[in-house]
Amino acid sequence: MVTSVTSFSRTGLSDWLIQRVTSVILLSYFIFVAYQLAGSIDYTSWRGLYDQTWVKVFTLLAALSLAAHSWIGLWSVFTDYLTERMLGPWGNALRLLCQLGASLALLVYVIWVVVIVWT
Amino acid sequence: MNDARTVTDDTISRANVRPISRDKRPVNLDLGSIDLPVTAYASITHRVTGVVMFFASFALLWALDQSLASEASFRGLQNVLSAPLAKLVMWLIASVLSYHALAGIKHLIMDAGIGETMRGGVMGARLVFALAAIAAIVWGVAIW
Repeated sequence: MVTSVTSFSRTGLSDWLIQRVTSVILLSYFIFVAYQLAGSIDYTSWRGLYDQTWVKVFTLLAALSLAAHSWIGLWSVFTDYLTERMLGPWGNALRLLCQLGASLALLVYVIWVVVIVWT
Repeated sequence: MNDARTVTDDTISRANVRPISRDKRPVNLDLGSIDLPVTAYASITHRVTGVVMFFASFALLWALDQSLASEASFRGLQNVLSAPLAKLVMWLIASVLSYHALAGIKHLIMDAGIGETMRGGVMGARLVFALAAIAAIVWGVAIW
């Protein structure tokens, strides 16, 4: 069964590393946002935070990390459960359909973040 | 040299094109009949929470959008998030993300070579479940 053609970086070793680097970026971002939300916030201070360039860059970095991290994670799940062995003859078609759907959704997520933060 | 490579290539390609349905080797992976160790539950929960976060990301991006678009939409979001159902969803997303993050940190620690034994794995999995439960309680207190 050919599965590497839809993996994120085409090699398992590279996917492994990307999964870990992006996890650290995402965790840092979520801790950063949770810390900001911990106090009482109003619109002016919240907007002021996201007007800073480094926060915009950090947010975009988190969005790109989310896309790569989800791609690799969902690929692992799809190639384990959505297979011909698990589901019969339609397994491969269903897996490719799910991967296409997930990839498109992740692309939309990234574009959405660019629109939110930079417009 | 050339011949040897041809034979090898042929062997590999024949192995690859063998239809899965003709593979008669027994597969004994009826997970329902196996008493799974805690590490297996930790692993499957990490997967399930990961898939949930993929969908939850849509809600988080929507909230980020609403919070930044204008002062009116910021107030509207505050209004929406004060509803009981919204609070429940927020608590679920925060708890799911906490579990996923804790299990991920456990992975990074094991990648560093710490707790790679069966005993270490069981201890790590129990610790992740315990910390995730505490995190869920903390989120509950913070939200309600």
